[in-house]
Amino acid sequence: MSIGAEVPRDRAKRLLLGRGRYVDDISLPRMLHLAFVRSPYAHARIEAVDCTDARALDGVVAVLTAAEIADAVASWRAEHKLFPAMAAPEQFALARDIVRWQGEAVAVVVADSRAVAEDGAELVAVTWHELVAVTDAKKALEREAPVLHDDMDSNLAFTTEVASGNTKAAFEKADHVVEEHFRFHRHSGVSLEPRGIIAEFEPSENRLTVHQSHQTPHQQQDLYARLLSLPEHKVRVICPDVGGAFGLKHHLMADELVACVAAKLLARPVKFIADRLESFLADIHCRDHEVTARMAFSPSGEILAVEVDDLFNAGAYGQYPRTSIAEGNQITRLTGAPYRHEHYTANLRMAFLNKSILGHIRSVGHPIACAVAERLVDMGAAKLGLDPIEVRRANYLHGDDFPRTSVGGVEFEYLSLRGCLDKALTMIDVPGFREEQANLRAKGIYRGLGVGTFVELTAIGPEYYGQGGQHISAQETCLLRLEASGDVRCYTGATDQGQGIDTGIQQVVSDTLGVPLAAIEVISGDSALCPVGGGSWGSRGAALAGEAALRAANTLRRNILSIAAGLLQKDVAALNIEDGTVVEAGISHMTVAEVARIGHFQPYAIPDGIPADLTVVERYATKDRLFLAGNGVQIATVEVDVDTGIVTPLRHLVVHDCGRILNPLLVREQVRGGVVQGIGSALYEELRYDDDGHLLTGSFADYLVPMAGEMPDIEVAHLENPTATSELGAKGAGEAGTAGAVSAILNAVNDAIAPLEATIAEVPVTPPRLLKALGQI
Amino acid sequence: MKTLRISLTVNGEVVEREVPARLNLVDFLRHDLGFTGSHVGCEQGACGACTVLVDGETVRGCLLLAVQADGCKVETIEIMEFEDLRAAFHRLNALQCGFCTPGMLLSAQELLQAKPKPSRAEIREYLSGNFCRCTGYQAIVDAVEAVARARGG
Repeated sequence: MSIGAEVPRDRAKRLLLGRGRYVDDISLPRMLHLAFVRSPYAHARIEAVDCTDARALDGVVAVLTAAEIADAVASWRAEHKLFPAMAAPEQFALARDIVRWQGEAVAVVVADSRAVAEDGAELVAVTWHELVAVTDAKKALEREAPVLHDDMDSNLAFTTEVASGNTKAAFEKADHVVEEHFRFHRHSGVSLEPRGIIAEFEPSENRLTVHQSHQTPHQQQDLYARLLSLPEHKVRVICPDVGGAFGLKHHLMADELVACVAAKLLARPVKFIADRLESFLADIHCRDHEVTARMAFSPSGEILAVEVDDLFNAGAYGQYPRTSIAEGNQITRLTGAPYRHEHYTANLRMAFLNKSILGHIRSVGHPIACAVAERLVDMGAAKLGLDPIEVRRANYLHGDDFPRTSVGGVEFEYLSLRGCLDKALTMIDVPGFREEQANLRAKGIYRGLGVGTFVELTAIGPEYYGQGGQHISAQETCLLRLEASGDVRCYTGATDQGQGIDTGIQQVVSDTLGVPLAAIEVISGDSALCPVGGGSWGSRGAALAGEAALRAANTLRRNILSIAAGLLQKDVAALNIEDGTVVEAGISHMTVAEVARIGHFQPYAIPDGIPADLTVVERYATKDRLFLAGNGVQIATVEVDVDTGIVTPLRHLVVHDCGRILNPLLVREQVRGGVVQGIGSALYEELRYDDDGHLLTGSFADYLVPMAGEMPDIEVAHLENPTATSELGAKGAGEAGTAGAVSAILNAVNDAIAPLEATIAEVPVTPPRLLKALGQI
Repeated sequence: MKTLRISLTVNGEVVEREVPARLNLVDFLRHDLGFTGSHVGCEQGACGACTVLVDGETVRGCLLLAVQADGCKVETIEIMEFEDLRAAFHRLNALQCGFCTPGMLLSAQELLQAKPKPSRAEIREYLSGNFCRCTGYQAIVDAVEAVARARGG
């Protein structure tokens, strides 16, 4: 069996040799380069754009503004039919009349090299009329606030309430209530490889070919076809090696669309690679929520009710095509989800403001839902004088609680929370830590331990975007092709940005079909070659593309065995394929290669009426199953330097249940990578703006990311409770680390500073914030 | 635009070129010579993706101009012979997207040459100039530690 084995990735060998092929490694004949003219203001009227000097510069081929591309590309609105009341202002590839965030592009210079394009961009003279910027949701929703969009009465993009039971009465009756006001600041995915694209247009065929660092080639194919009025089968989107994505590369980005427009207008290949400053300015951002929440307890520590109010500082527009609602939606549906309680109310107000567009980045909404609930549980336990770990265990959904639709409306087939907690407690000696903690406190050393329980929504079903009206596939299809040699080519709609889903699928096909791993090649990331699929986002690869591969492999196996049975005059039910050979009760009859040779070149030898296709396609589409929920527990220990405000992570452990694991080697490090991103957002990472909407953190010197030196070893263990909704039994695994890390760190920091009568509920927990919380500054 | 003539050794071959004075070394290696194994992540010397060897020492290819490498010996990931390090990274899954990996490998090799038996903390410290967004760094530290042990015999 190769499923469940620690199989290293084939693709990694090439990357280790420096022979990767990322978008910027590709050059095409007569290729041109782009540099954008971006708004220095968060909110301004464009009075005039003078391109005369830029156009005169040697090496500049064209300068394009909104007016010049108006006929070549359509506008769009980020609408979602499940949320019809959500505002969806019109968006343009290049800003017309008004810019609404710092970094929004107003013109693009196309030149022989990026350097010359940048020279040209400096020569574009824009006359601006600066407008008052709205940079904070609270102010944005005040009556006198300037309204960003002409067709809106206010900056309120959307508001909703999720309610179950009688929350008001439950709080009124409750013996104990804890409440906290949280602030989660803005950050982003920060892939090491920035966004990038090469667009190539062949006018004689009306054909657009795109190489793009992206997660969803078919989505992009559809969008470019529609927005550029091209026939869809003339648009091909290839995602070569992708240098990290984490959600920020599964959207339409105006910059990349402009590259396609330029390629079409100029009929020459056009490359755009974002530099780091424009990545921080114009990538999709995430989080930026202000949450007030409370939790009601019985005297024995039973959680009775939860109430959440989320003020969502969205960007200037909704992200397209998915919209920006999901982060708020996850917070309002997931907060407190691991716990058994009947009364729940969550309110969301989402405001447009003058910052870059905010949307889906790894673990959408989860870290906030999780941190809010886990902090409140610790606060409740402290108030009642109970052990926070035992309060969790007693309140976790377990056993007969499943299957269950949570009070937030999320379906849980099964959660193994108690199992994960028990396992975690075998990995860390909590009483021993408490003893050491007390001893160290006497010496002025402050350490803390924090628990974070998470529920992880993965492998979204087709209803969410299908009913929303988006052209986003949430089903997966796998095409398997038995070559005449007996080797197998596997084409999937999932994409691999390093997480290793290609290898996972290879393992599924190998086991199901009965051929060695080395005989299988997985081909992904090409909208023309691969079956229409969703790409990789929201932890969907193993659960959906893996199941589709299993189905296709079953069909191909049946066909191979049918042919062999026909040729051998045997009962097909008696035959099996093992290690590339057709066997009967352990005796080899013929190789898969022989079947393939006859199947392709001597088909007349095969009896009529049996399934003999050696290229097969199968799909996997779920129905009425919105998510597959995984779950887990993280425990972090930290040391807080109360003089400097620096938090040092000491230990971090994760016990995770994502159903059947295809490849523990890959899952483990993916979980660890998620934890590190979570620790980053808990302690370091923040896109800070001043009150006028000017980004203050446009470099790695200002926007701090976790490096090896600050990170602890991260112990990862798994429970495996396969989902019964598929034959493979896999759930997604990519959100887990990020979902739970913030809560564990935040609780650990608060545990550390508890003896100083201080608390903190603002992340990232930077030294100044912590020193302020401690009353030091 | 001012250009200058430079002569240097790149991956064992003498290269003579007329280059713009403002061209940085990593762009020269990638786009003029086609050695695309070194990557560009920030152009500010912070992320380490562009790490190359100049006269045997790791440098940030984005912080050095090509003209500053005139007369130097430049080596990139493409010709590095540390198959044990590559094999350990592969076996232990010490890379995902691979964008940081060439720089990470060069830094790791430099550490192991300077300090054959580094502690985990020393490995973490030495690699702290190379940003990896995908892994949790742990597999990288494991791989470097494993190679140190194996080389030490």
